[in-house]
Amino acid sequence: MYPIPWLALFLAAALFCLGMFGVLVRRNALVVFMCVELMLNAANLTFLAFARMRGDNIGHVSAFFVIAVAAAEAAVGLAIVIAVFRSRGSVNIEDIKTMKH
Amino acid sequence: MSIEHILFGAFAVLTLLSAALVIFAKSPISSAMALVSTFFFLAGVYVLLWAHTVAALQILVYAGAIMVLFLFVIMLLNLGDEAPSARMTFSRILGGGAAVGLLAVLSIALNRVPKDVASLGAQEQTFGTLRTVGQAIFSTWLLPFEAVSLLLLVAMVGAVVVAKSRI
Repeated sequence: MYPIPWLALFLAAALFCLGMFGVLVRRNALVVFMCVELMLNAANLTFLAFARMRGDNIGHVSAFFVIAVAAAEAAVGLAIVIAVFRSRGSVNIEDIKTMKH
Repeated sequence: MSIEHILFGAFAVLTLLSAALVIFAKSPISSAMALVSTFFFLAGVYVLLWAHTVAALQILVYAGAIMVLFLFVIMLLNLGDEAPSARMTFSRILGGGAAVGLLAVLSIALNRVPKDVASLGAQEQTFGTLRTVGQAIFSTWLLPFEAVSLLLLVAMVGAVVVAKSRI
C-alpha cells in the first residue's frame, strides 16, 4: 500500500494540470482567476505532503504564506477585473488586447 | 486498505471532479460553487496529511473570504454564460496537450520520490497543530510574517484604488 503523502503528490500534480488547462482554455477572466487559485492549492498540497513525509513543520508555514499571498492576489486581481469591466464592458480576455503588440 | 486510504481516495476523486467542474461549468456562479467544494475536499486531504491548522485556514480564508470576494464580483458584474468562440477548439487541443504533457512529466518525476514517510514519534500529538505551527511562524519566520501583513495592507489599499472609479 502506497503511503498517503506520496499519493497526495500525484493528486497535487493532477490538480495543477487541471488548473493550467483551465487558465489556457477559459476566456472569462474570473474563471481564469479561479483556475489560478486551483494551481496555488496544488502547490499548497505539495508543501503539506512533503512536510508530512519529512516530519517537519516548515511546509505548514510555507502553506500559510501561500494562503496569505493568494488572498492579496485575489483582492488586487478582482479589483483589476472590475476596473477593466468598467472601461471595456467585458471580462472576456479575448476582448482585452490593448497591450497586444 | 486502511480507513485513511479509503478517505483519501474519496477526497481525491471528489477534489478532481469538482476541479473539473470549475473548468467546464458554463456560468461563473457554478464555477465558483464548484471551487468552494474543491476547497472543502482539499481541506479533508490536508487533515489526512496531519495539517489541521492549514485545513482550518483553508476553510476560513479560501472557502470563506476569497470565495465571498469572487461571488460578490460575479454578482456586481452581472455576468452571463460564456459564448463559445471559434478559436475554442484549437486552444482546447493545445491546452489539453500542454496539461497532459506536464502531468506526464510530473508523474515521471514524482515516481522517483522515495516512498518512506518519517515516523512522527514524539511529535505524534503536536505535529501540525496550531501551537507548533504558530511557534514556528512567530519565532523563526517572524520577519516573513510581518512582510506578509504589510503585503496584505498594500493589497487592500491597492484594491480600493484600482476598483474605485473616482478618487
